[in-house]
Amino acid sequence: MSASAMIEKVKTFRHGIHPAEFKDYTKNLPIERIPFTNEYVLPLSQHLGGPSRAVVKPGDKVYRGQLIAEASGFVSATLHASVTGKVKAIESRNHPSGNLVKSIIIERDPYSPQTLHNERKIDWEKISPKEALREIQMGGFVGLGGAAFPTHVKLAVPPGKKARFFIINAAECEPYLTTDHRMMLEQADSMLLGIRISMKILGAEKAYIGIETNKPDAIEYLRQVIPSDMACEVAPVQTKYPQGAEKMLITAILKRDVPSGKLPIDAEVVVHNVGTLVGIGDLFKHGKPLIERVVTITGPGIHRPANLMIPLGMKLNQVLDYCGGLKENTRQLLFGGPMMGAPQSFLDVPIMKGTSGIVALTDKEVFPRKERACIRCSRCIDACPVFLNPSRLGSFARVKRYEEMMDFHLMDCIECASCSYVCPSSIPLVQRFRVAKGMLREKQARERAGKKS
Amino acid sequence: METITAIGFIFGLSVVLALVLAVANAKLKVFEDPRIDAVEEALPGANCGACGAAGCRSFADSVVKGEIEPSRCTVGGTATAEFIANYLGIDAGSAEKKVARLLCAGGSDVASQAAAYEGFSSCRSAAAVTGGPKGCAFGCIGLSDCEEVCGFGAIQMAPNGLPVVDVSKCTACGDCVTVCPKKLFEIMPLSRHLIVQCKSLLAGEEAEALCSVACTACGRCVADAPTGLLEMKNNLPALDIKKLDLQTSIATFRCPTSAIVWIEAQQFPELYDDL
Repeated sequence: MSASAMIEKVKTFRHGIHPAEFKDYTKNLPIERIPFTNEYVLPLSQHLGGPSRAVVKPGDKVYRGQLIAEASGFVSATLHASVTGKVKAIESRNHPSGNLVKSIIIERDPYSPQTLHNERKIDWEKISPKEALREIQMGGFVGLGGAAFPTHVKLAVPPGKKARFFIINAAECEPYLTTDHRMMLEQADSMLLGIRISMKILGAEKAYIGIETNKPDAIEYLRQVIPSDMACEVAPVQTKYPQGAEKMLITAILKRDVPSGKLPIDAEVVVHNVGTLVGIGDLFKHGKPLIERVVTITGPGIHRPANLMIPLGMKLNQVLDYCGGLKENTRQLLFGGPMMGAPQSFLDVPIMKGTSGIVALTDKEVFPRKERACIRCSRCIDACPVFLNPSRLGSFARVKRYEEMMDFHLMDCIECASCSYVCPSSIPLVQRFRVAKGMLREKQARERAGKKS
Repeated sequence: METITAIGFIFGLSVVLALVLAVANAKLKVFEDPRIDAVEEALPGANCGACGAAGCRSFADSVVKGEIEPSRCTVGGTATAEFIANYLGIDAGSAEKKVARLLCAGGSDVASQAAAYEGFSSCRSAAAVTGGPKGCAFGCIGLSDCEEVCGFGAIQMAPNGLPVVDVSKCTACGDCVTVCPKKLFEIMPLSRHLIVQCKSLLAGEEAEALCSVACTACGRCVADAPTGLLEMKNNLPALDIKKLDLQTSIATFRCPTSAIVWIEAQQFPELYDDL
């Protein structure tokens, strides 16, 4: 394909930013399986929604892939043992969110071969979409892109709505991360199976795999392996942040807008991440629930960057040890990418379902910045992918006039941090918006509680 | 001639409009109790919302209607409440002075730090990314969100990063209670002297390893206090407010970490004196 034809085909959204990619650390490294360690910490709250309820007791023997916690409602997820061993305790442990969260601690049985409990093949063509959805729900699947929203909730189309299009989010727009890239190259068959099953459940007409053009090998490879009988098309999208935000990807590929305050299903679309679909594929191939995930361990602070298949619940310091430890000038450790990831203050926090990457940044990348006055350059306005006015919102937030920020559509902010990234005055815009949103949400909750009483 | 017509026309028009206004004034009159204005005049006018009403005007309205006691205005204090009660000929109500207390004594000198936080200087922001830099997940972050929100200048940050509430200035409006991401402030009557300055749900060595003034849930205070005053709940002693008359400093004597303290009036007196 000539260069000009390629450019014509590339789809995108308006606004956004172009951070440096730093994907060279790991993009050519095949996924490795990390050796098992002795203790695993599985927090009961690894997803959006209600925390899971433990169904095992301390002292119980559990097998790899066995159910250890059930969902506490529809918007919740089940949890499975990621290793064969014994339940050591159910107690509060450090959680990547910074709180203490009730977790199931499993001690590995060193003599177990660690084979999968109840290995089976599920014939997806024979079972009904409802049964398939039930399997996914019982498999404990959540969005592996980072938000960890329960997958079965997204796949269950509410009555009266239609999911005509299915988008596979393979943009991976966060710098440094390469998990989706490697999975597409190495586990495409599982992903395609996952797509087929999801399309059957949704009744979708057509699937699009949205891949940023910085992964030409994945685009080319998938174009070769997608069978001709599948209504699935690779949609190259421009390398731009936040291309992988659900709403941006829908706008780029389908030229449809998700209305303010609504979900993609209101635009007849459902979006899933590559990792989630590979997981669904593996579930139907081997009966493997969500017990491990691919994590990119990368950044200038890591001695040996890698793409690792890590059982859930493995502790951060053990993963870092496997990668040769941290360099001395490491200043910040992030779960997730550098744009939206969460910095960690404890090294014993577990790898969770939503942990897409571990990025170690050094003194060169991270240093305190002094906030200066807004110079009205409007770079944040040109960057905001949801067309807000971050400068205006920022000045309201600075003086804590949160109510008025609602009039400027604060709640539509997707917290992508593009505004903070481009601000030449280092104004902590997105940080202030997150505080404002938190305060407003709490206020609404108080008002609701007040009305009830 | 034209001048006279014009003057006459304008005159006639003004008479007609004046009549319309006079009729409207009589027919559409809304009676407003003049006492509401008087009561509002007597109130401090802080519009803080501590009383539960939307502002001072709305509070005055409720007082005149008899829906709320004058003493509910914590900012004005007893003098204002009595003045209003006298004016309206009602009971002022017996509201004792309340103040905000910080339920954490883990300043940077005694609490362990897990990480250095260099981001946006706000407790709420720090709490959102990683729960704050302190080792204790329940303790004060110390980035002064409460100092900023206090409309009465009653909160000042001490050098060890703890906010000190000036009892004489605190009006118990509750703004600090709402803003604190760790929910460390509580509004308490000034007459309550026995306070547990810790919210850590951990027990024993686990708690003490993170902060040398943490409550270790050893239960000595519960054993020493008069029966029923204190009860161990979630690894913290909880005081039964109905039995406040029984409070005694004996409960604090054997506390190994000084997590439970007897406060005369001012919390953290040494820090307060240094400010």
